[in-house]
This record gives sequence, C-alpha cells and structure tokens, in this order.
Amino acid sequence: MLDASVRPLVEITGMCKWYGQFSALHDINMTVNEGEKVVVCGPSGSGKSTMIRCINQLEAHQKGTIMVDGIEVTPDMRNIAEIRREVGMVFQSFNLFPHMTILDNLILGPMRNRGVSKKDATDLAMHYLERVHIAQQAGKYPPQLSGGQQQRVAIARSLCMKPKLMLFDEPTSALDPEMIAGVLDVMIELAEEGMTMICVTHEMGFARKVADRVVFMDEGEIIEVAGPEEFFGNPQSDRAQLFLSQLLGH
Amino acid sequence: MDRNSPPPAPPRKRLAVSDFVIFGAVAALVIYAGYQVKDVLVYKWDWSRVLDFLIRWDPERQEYVANLLLIGLFTTLRLAVWGTILATVIGVLMGYWRTSNNLTLKIISRTYVELIRNIPPLVFIFIFYFFVSSQLFPAMGLDDVNPDSAMVDNPVFRIMFGRPELLSNFLAGVLCLALFEGAYITEIVRAGIQSVPKGQWEGARAIGLSPFNVLRDVILPQALRKILPPLAGQFITLIKDSAIVSLISIQELTFMATEVAATTTKVFETWILVGAMYFALCYSFALLFDWLERRAARIRR
Ligand SMILES: Nc1ncnc2c1ncn2[C@@H]1O[C@H](COP(=O)(O)OP(=O)(O)OP(=O)(O)O)[C@@H](O)[C@H]1O
Ligand SMILES: [Mg+2]
Repeated sequence: MLDASVRPLVEITGMCKWYGQFSALHDINMTVNEGEKVVVCGPSGSGKSTMIRCINQLEAHQKGTIMVDGIEVTPDMRNIAEIRREVGMVFQSFNLFPHMTILDNLILGPMRNRGVSKKDATDLAMHYLERVHIAQQAGKYPPQLSGGQQQRVAIARSLCMKPKLMLFDEPTSALDPEMIAGVLDVMIELAEEGMTMICVTHEMGFARKVADRVVFMDEGEIIEVAGPEEFFGNPQSDRAQLFLSQLLGH
Repeated sequence: MDRNSPPPAPPRKRLAVSDFVIFGAVAALVIYAGYQVKDVLVYKWDWSRVLDFLIRWDPERQEYVANLLLIGLFTTLRLAVWGTILATVIGVLMGYWRTSNNLTLKIISRTYVELIRNIPPLVFIFIFYFFVSSQLFPAMGLDDVNPDSAMVDNPVFRIMFGRPELLSNFLAGVLCLALFEGAYITEIVRAGIQSVPKGQWEGARAIGLSPFNVLRDVILPQALRKILPPLAGQFITLIKDSAIVSLISIQELTFMATEVAATTTKVFETWILVGAMYFALCYSFALLFDWLERRAARIRR
C-alpha cells in the first residue's frame, strides 16, 4: 500500500563501518519514516552510537548509502552542512559550550548558518527554553545548571535549528536518577508533537510509551526489530533475551 | 560560645628571623662582590655620559629629543608589538594545522616547528638574514620605497613603524622575530586546542557550524583561556629575544647599546642602564598580562 502521508526520512542501506581493521558496523539496513520514533538498544560496544553518528556524519561510513530527506549523505563538506541543518543531536555528555551563556548557546547555530538575525534568534531561543521549562536560566552559564537542566538546554539548542530529525545518544545515562524524569518528559512531549526521533536509550518506560519500533543491535549488526511490547515482552533472538535479562537483573 | 562573635583574624604573613638571616647573607655577598670588583678594576663610575644618550638637547628645535637609547627602546617596543601580533597569527594558524587531519597541513606545520626549535637562534637569524632580508625584500621592491613619499613619511607611520628610511630593516626584524617565536606559540596553541574536550567539537558540528565557526566560536575561545599564562610568558620571552636581531643590524635597544658602549667606553653603566630598561619594559608587560588574566577569570565568574 502506498500511503502519501508516509514518507521515509532516513534510509540506510547496506551500511558498513570500520575502525582500522575492526568492523564496527556491518550491513546496517533501516528506514525511518517521517514522524516515526525508533529506540535503539543493545549491549555496550554494539555500535549504537556509531550508527546514529554516521547519520549526521560525525563519523564517516565506508560502504552502503544513507539518505536523509532525499539527500545522500557523503563526506563532502557542503553536503554535510546541508544534512546537519536537518538533523539535531543530543549527547550523553550534553556538550554545551561552557564559555557562553545558555542563551548564546542557543542562538549560535541559527545565527551562523541560517542567517537569522540576533533578535529573531533570541525570540526563537526563548520560545524553546520555555518549552523545556528553563527560560529563567537564560543568562546563566552551563556549569551553573544541574545535569538535567543542561540536557534540556541541549535539547532546546538542537530544536533551535528546526530539525526534521532528532538523534539522541543515551541522553539520560549521565544523569542522577532524580533528573531523568524531567528530560524524558521533554522528549515525550517532543514525540507527541510528531518529531521524528532515533533514540539510543535503555529507558524501557520511555520506549514503551513513545517508540514505534525497537531496534536491537549487537556486535555491529541489527539483530532484531520489533514493536516495544513485543520486544520487551517476547524477544525472539537469544542475544536479545540475554541482554534484557541482564538489563532487568540490575 | 556566642554564635555572632566575629571570626578570628587570619594569621598574617610575616618575615621570620630566618628570612632576615637569608636576606642579610645575600646583601653581604653583593656588597663583598662590589668591593672586589672595585678593587680589581679600579673603575671610575660615570653615569652622566651614558644618561646623555637617553635624551639630549636639540639646539635647533630648542627642545629635548630622544637620543639613541630611547630611540632603541621605542624600536624594541615596536618590534615587540608587531612581532607579537604576527607571531600570534602564525602560531594560531600553524597550531591549528598541527591538529588538523589534513596530512599536507600537518607536514608543513610540523616541519616549521621542528626547523625553528632545533636550530640555535643565532644561526637561524643569520640564515634568515642572508635569504630573506638580502634576497626576498629587494625582490619584493621594499628597498625601492621612497622614504620621502607622503605615504610613509607621516607621524602615524613613524609612530607605528619608525623612521621610513629604516623600513625594510625594521620589517626584517619583525619577520625574523615573529617566525622564530611563532614556532613556540604554535606548540602552545596546539596544546590549547587539544585540551578542549572532543565533545565540544561534536556539539559544535552537530548544530551545523562550519569548520571555521567551530574553531572561532567554540574551540579557540576555550583554548585561549587555558593557554593565557604560557602565552603571556612567551610574549615576554619575545621581548627579551628581540635583542638578538641586533646582530643583523636592526637598530633596537641592544644594537644602540653596543654603539653607546663603544663611543662612551662606559661599558658597565651602559649595560646596567639597558638592563634596567628591559626590566621595566618586560615587567610592565608581565603586570599587564597578570591583570588581563585576572579579568578573564572574573568574566568566567
Ligand atoms: N574512534 C574509535 N576508534 C576505534 N574504535 C572505536 C571508536 N569509536 C568506537 N569504537 C569501537 O566501535 C565499537 C562500537 O562503539 P559504539 O560507541 O558505537 O558502541 P555503543 O553501542 O554506543 O556502546 P555504549 O553503549 O558503550 O555507548 C566499540 O567496540 C568501540 O570500541
Ligand atoms: Mg554509545
């Protein structure tokens, strides 16, 4: 069935990546449609970060193709700039710029590569800071905020670029337990508004609530793809079963 | 105890008896050495002739004008300022190239740094002089600049570059000094850039900044704060190292001092005075950098 409203935003076909001789990703195939939310999980070192970092070319892949919004991702600088305008990314360690105020962190991207005026960028930044509930902190510096607040600022910073796709690389795993809920709430709101998301996370509650699909990776390959209830309730592969038992065992 | 009583005064830093003993011993040694020198050399100190070379009375203009030593000091100051600016430009560019992934840029910057660091400064200066100031400058037409043309013969130009007829001489000094110190600044900048966490590069790239903006907006400001102390030290070294360009006849303070010492034959007085002038210059810059550093720290909160 061809549904006009379902449009693939990310198409990865036959992607491979090596670090020297080490095969980090092998034959990755994945399609993410507009508005879809995909959760990626798997044991440490399985290549989850590497895969999503290839999508915005923080890492270069060596084989296969990645299409984002109809544009093929290549190592060409102009192409990369175009891709990164479409794709926001949130990191485990926030990566806010410590020498700039929160507000300056947010307006830098829009001003530098969308040619937005300072006033418009500020309005936009305040809008997103309000959405992540930290507008009062706009004048502070990142180290003055708690981890949870910093991560919400990082999300707002990505949103200021008006991306079509958001990548999350374990956004809550560096946070104290009491900070996690605030960040997940922001992510859930974002999901409900229809943002296309690829999240590397082990937060099962979040996955159950928002994910359309869970992608399970191990040793650089996609082992299993299923809906969240199916995957967490009845994993098919041995490796996924082992992984989930270890995750729940903790 | 009363909670509201004032806290005890912090202990004051005081000189103890042992400190006075050490100061006394050092002073005694200096005085003894002074007597020894006086006995051996039977030297007659005469400061007036040397001091005349700081400022002199110009009978034509009916006013005091700077004499050789002060003119030399100004040239040294100009050398320091332009040398610092140029060395910083070289250092930032080469320092960035040192961290680049591009093999050609890496090779160029590495070669530059290693060449300069592994040749004695004196030897470098002579090679530089033969090839650059006696070959390249004439080829560039610098020697043909008319010292009387209005472009170079005006007060602003004189303040910035000194006497027009000495322009190519001065530029040779600046270039030589900048190339030499640039290699050390390159290494400082490289260390600074590498001290910025990898996540900062990724964060900046992920919001779509161009390579130039990543560097200018995110990486260099953070690197600069970390390298401010060693950088300040290198700038002061640059001022002191400017003395060696006197060997290729750049007419700065040390060059002038050699002349003055020869004409007056008052060798000790000349060099003690010149030493004091260098000290005043370098120490002022050290205080300035200290102040800048403290200000930068305060801006950071
Ligand atoms: N820059 C690199 N150089 C060499 N090997 C790397 C590099 N980055 C990652 N790797 C290797 O690639 C593999 C996949 O790494 P990746 O970071 O994608 O794993 P991950 O699934 O995100 O793990 P984690 O849950 O610990 O974050 C690992 O074996 C890792 O050691
Ligand atoms: Mg990871």
